[in-house]
Amino acid sequence: MSLGPYASFIVTSYALVAAVVLLLIVWIIADYRRQQGRLREIEASGITRRSGRSAADIR
Amino acid sequence: MKLTETLTDLANPTRFLALTARILPWLAGATAILLAIGLYQSAMAPDDYQQGATVKIMFIHVPNAWLSMFVWGVMSVAALGTLVWRHPLADVAAKAAAPIGAAFTFLALVTGSLWGRPMWGTYWEWDARLTSVLILFLMYLGLIALWRAVEDPSRAARAAAVLTLVGAINIPIIKFSVDWWNTLHQPASVLRMGGSTLDKAFLWPLLVMAIAFSLLFITLHLAAMRNEILRRRVRSLQMMQASRVSFISEPGAGSREAGASKEIGAA
Repeated sequence: MSLGPYASFIVTSYALVAAVVLLLIVWIIADYRRQQGRLREIEASGITRRSGRSAADIR
Repeated sequence: MKLTETLTDLANPTRFLALTARILPWLAGATAILLAIGLYQSAMAPDDYQQGATVKIMFIHVPNAWLSMFVWGVMSVAALGTLVWRHPLADVAAKAAAPIGAAFTFLALVTGSLWGRPMWGTYWEWDARLTSVLILFLMYLGLIALWRAVEDPSRAARAAAVLTLVGAINIPIIKFSVDWWNTLHQPASVLRMGGSTLDKAFLWPLLVMAIAFSLLFITLHLAAMRNEILRRRVRSLQMMQASRVSFISEPGAGSREAGASKEIGAA
């Protein structure tokens, strides 16, 4: 597969899309872990929901 | 009737979280498979007789451009949900979609520039299509800033919903800019009256990539909505914590605790 004289433009485009999509995925996963951690921390200090269920439990 | 019942069921954040926990792995798997197929088809697509191999940029530029407008459409429906139906998850949906929409719009702009340089001889031109998409990107950033600037989510929700609906005027302007004005950007070649003008060798990889990116958006959006619900649970529990402290030191502050527990996700 030859990309011709403008290969650098094509490769840069695909690399950039891959990088931004990966960044979004990593950011969302990290944010999920951060929120779960904060919820566990607060619950460990004795604050619970009215329902009595764990706020970190999403099932 | 069935749709109304489903929406009512999903208004409960706990049920919504349970649903996302079940379907997210399947959505992520389907997205990965479709992206792999789309990328393979894009790599194998022939060169264009005029553009050569640079036509391959189309397979990532067009899905991102479509999604930049589609995400704002989703946010506009969510804005109506906030202002008209007061759906508890509407603002969560809009807020979670904004950074993803901004990322797709950024990618549409940059891949467009990288495609434009070899084909048009310039990275940027202040023509109607490019300028209206740049305005869309700036509006995404403005909305994200607004949500961050206002601490109370319910107050931020109403302001953001109004701004989103005002900004929705830009979507038809982007879509029809190539017809209304004389622009450097080519007119629509896939979604147009009279059918697509693209050869099937380019159309199929493009459609597969468009579906793959749409699935990617749905997956990321549901995951981001889940995060936002958890963030609001953290906030309401922190408010309960703070009001308990003040309740001990100041009798009569119990009403604040009740207010804190009414926030989304607290129940």
